[in-house]
Amino acid sequence: MYIRSFLQDKQMTITLSGEIDHHEAKHAIKTISEKIEAYMPRACTLDFRDVSFMDSSGIAIIISGVRRMREIGGKLIIANPQSQPAKVLRAAGIEQIAEIKGVNQK
Amino acid sequence: MKPENTMKIEFPSLSRNEAFARGAVAAFLAWLDPTMEEMGDIKTAVSEAVTNAIVHGYPHEQGTILLTCNTYSDRTVEIEVEDRGVGIANIQEARTPMFTTGGSDRSGMGFTIMEKFMHDLSVESHPGEGTKVRMTRKLRKTGGFT
Repeated sequence: MYIRSFLQDKQMTITLSGEIDHHEAKHAIKTISEKIEAYMPRACTLDFRDVSFMDSSGIAIIISGVRRMREIGGKLIIANPQSQPAKVLRAAGIEQIAEIKGVNQK
Repeated sequence: MKPENTMKIEFPSLSRNEAFARGAVAAFLAWLDPTMEEMGDIKTAVSEAVTNAIVHGYPHEQGTILLTCNTYSDRTVEIEVEDRGVGIANIQEARTPMFTTGGSDRSGMGFTIMEKFMHDLSVESHPGEGTKVRMTRKLRKTGGFT
């Protein structure tokens, strides 16, 4: 799993790629928290376009990100999940706590 | 009913084996030509069950996880994930959405996802003896190029 990010006008985009499972989750949670704390964005977009597989560990990553963003008065957006991660997001009811943009059917 | 095909693997409770376990099941099932969605669902459920065994079955020490996969002539896939770890004191509670005894890197959604993605799920656990999760999913009939 790889994590890249860029920041423009207080909008941060974090792109995740590869497979997300429990083995990767701790590292991802820590990295995302550190980026939010360092840049204090108004909105943080987690871009899932390159995530080929995700289990409930991805949900833990998102919940942690939502909490961090709420603490600094911002919001977290989920973008472009492929079909398998999108199904896990739906099963967990994540749209109740974060906006999901651009569900593709790749 | 007797399985048509079967495989068993045993591996230590290392988190890097989560990817190995779901990959092994996917490779074993490939000849049944499941849809992308079926394969995704089964891999997700295996990942959840194996992660539970690693995180909750063996919280203090490394142990062994036994993964069995059987396929039947009616295209039913049966998966068992077994550990000889600490066991679950209250299965009902463990299956509740958002309930977790794990840390902040766990969402408490593992059983919920296994239940939603598989057709049947049963959990047998005895404190101090271990836990066995058995789940089944019947694959759609193949119609060639569908």
